[in-house]
Amino acid sequence: MGIPTEALTKTTRRFERGGDIPTEDYHDIINELEADGELIVQRVPEPYIEVMTKYGRMKKIPLNTTWHHKSCGQCGHIPGYSTAIFWLVRKLGFDYIDPTDQTSCTAWNYYASATSNAAAQAAVAHRNFAAAYETGYFPIIHCGTSYGHYKETREEIMHHPHLRHQVRDVLAKFGKPLVMPEEIVHYSEYIHAVRDKIAALQTRDFSKIATVVHPACHYYKLVQEDAIYDEEIYGGQRTATVSATIVALGGQVRDYSTWFDCCGFGFRHILVSRDFTRSFATLRKIEVMKQEANPDVVITHDTGCVTTLDKSQFATGAAHGANVGVPVMSDAQFAALAMGAHPFRVCQLHWHSTDYRALLEKMGIDHEAAWAEFQQDLDDLKAGKKKYLSWEDVG
Amino acid sequence: MGLFADKYPEVPFEEKSRLWEEVKADARFPDYLYGCYECGICVAACPSARFYDFSPRKIAQAAAREDIELIYEQMNDDVWNCSQCFSCNRCPRQNSPGGLITILREVAVNNGLRSAKQALEGYSRIVYKIMGTGTQVSPDMLQPDAFPDWGPQVRRVSEELDLWRRALPPETLHTTKTGWQVDDKTLIELYLIWYTTGVMDMIANVDEGLNLILSDVMEEVLEDAGYEI
Repeated sequence: MGIPTEALTKTTRRFERGGDIPTEDYHDIINELEADGELIVQRVPEPYIEVMTKYGRMKKIPLNTTWHHKSCGQCGHIPGYSTAIFWLVRKLGFDYIDPTDQTSCTAWNYYASATSNAAAQAAVAHRNFAAAYETGYFPIIHCGTSYGHYKETREEIMHHPHLRHQVRDVLAKFGKPLVMPEEIVHYSEYIHAVRDKIAALQTRDFSKIATVVHPACHYYKLVQEDAIYDEEIYGGQRTATVSATIVALGGQVRDYSTWFDCCGFGFRHILVSRDFTRSFATLRKIEVMKQEANPDVVITHDTGCVTTLDKSQFATGAAHGANVGVPVMSDAQFAALAMGAHPFRVCQLHWHSTDYRALLEKMGIDHEAAWAEFQQDLDDLKAGKKKYLSWEDVG
Repeated sequence: MGLFADKYPEVPFEEKSRLWEEVKADARFPDYLYGCYECGICVAACPSARFYDFSPRKIAQAAAREDIELIYEQMNDDVWNCSQCFSCNRCPRQNSPGGLITILREVAVNNGLRSAKQALEGYSRIVYKIMGTGTQVSPDMLQPDAFPDWGPQVRRVSEELDLWRRALPPETLHTTKTGWQVDDKTLIELYLIWYTTGVMDMIANVDEGLNLILSDVMEEVLEDAGYEI
């Protein structure tokens, strides 16, 4: 089923790409800097898939030998998000590294507290990029904020020689070169690129699953030109990642009027001013979604968005009787479930707050049986039969 | 003189000007401000404008006309309301009020403004976590007294934390105090970044106690690794 965007696609005033592209091509700049000996460009390895970005340029998405730059919020609080990404890559038969020589991007803290600066932020980014380069694997960024912030630091490194040299000197103190990936790739772009491969391995029918999509602000509002767009999705006028994946998996994508609004995360607000976060997430997002689209699930592609939209529903529902109660998950978890992933062993939905059981039933998943299987795993861990659940255990 | 009454007359104009010059000196400043149509698109897109007396348009306009007194007021009273979502980047003039606020906040922190210290009260543990461990969010933060509004599931997570972390297939995620397992060498490199880019000084400006704690941790590690601070 397509996305109902008649207003965008059936108007006589069609949105046409073409003409002058309003932004410079970062590829040209980083290639020139490399030629001048200023930095090393890590090339996208083959095989890769080319996808269209906002102004019609193409972006290479690597499939194999990827270095997964994890997200602190995903790994810490909703670990089924990260686990589902790794599970998908494994099931597709591609090689990857889950590194320990990686720090957070530290952008959540920076946008929350400003207790850092441009040089430090760029140095953190390029320390991680250099760590990936040393392995020969290409970085894939799990967090939308890391992805957006790293593109900001790319802008700064490209255009401000003083900053570039400062960061290069910092990295040199511990023997790392200044490396710029040819593309900065978000994991949802990877899933977008392989969505047909995922669909080919789909085992569950999602044709009755109604979704709404929350596009993550830092994915497509920060350094906008290399976010993915597709003429077939929203008439090419909104980013295509996530929505195109759901369409490929046969799910329904329903529209709602506040799609451009942020989730309410706020960076500092989610931690120390949560009244704002709860209010915004409920009043401007979840209630509007329910009223206008009545979805079975909200699908998004960023750490903060999943956390905010999921966790904010309890208090507003319990205390204020708000019209809430929609489960929230990432496109990775949704795609993994479509491919037959276990809802608890892989997608780890028990870390989420909003009730997801009705959704699982609609997906044809016996959640009681699945929970019993997971409980058996936990009993085995408690009994010392195994120390950890392994990839082999989860299927 | 600005268009509005000076809310902070006790602060000398020269001091406010000095802070504004710091903002303008940031290399990113010219990229964030081009002009303003006063169209209000940034305000319409701004989540904080719906809940606070806050306007990204006023931020851009005050910066464009260099209204020193209003900018100082914004630096104290407004900037911490921003959600940093960058919805305001929709500006048809390619302004980034959110980017301007990033710089304004940085200058506020660098100069230890009281408003910055107040805004960051209760935030120290987060700064400690990210700077000290390399991952900002850790599983053991999920405690019911820290997130009572997230519902009973948080208590369940905190009670089952060790077991549930061991039930994660990725080998790097069996941690509770950090988001994932981070190498010692990686942490050393991160500490060097904080020290060599002036971040430790920024922390000292807003929270001396936190600076002392972080310094204790980091300097010992760095000295053991052969680095002089």
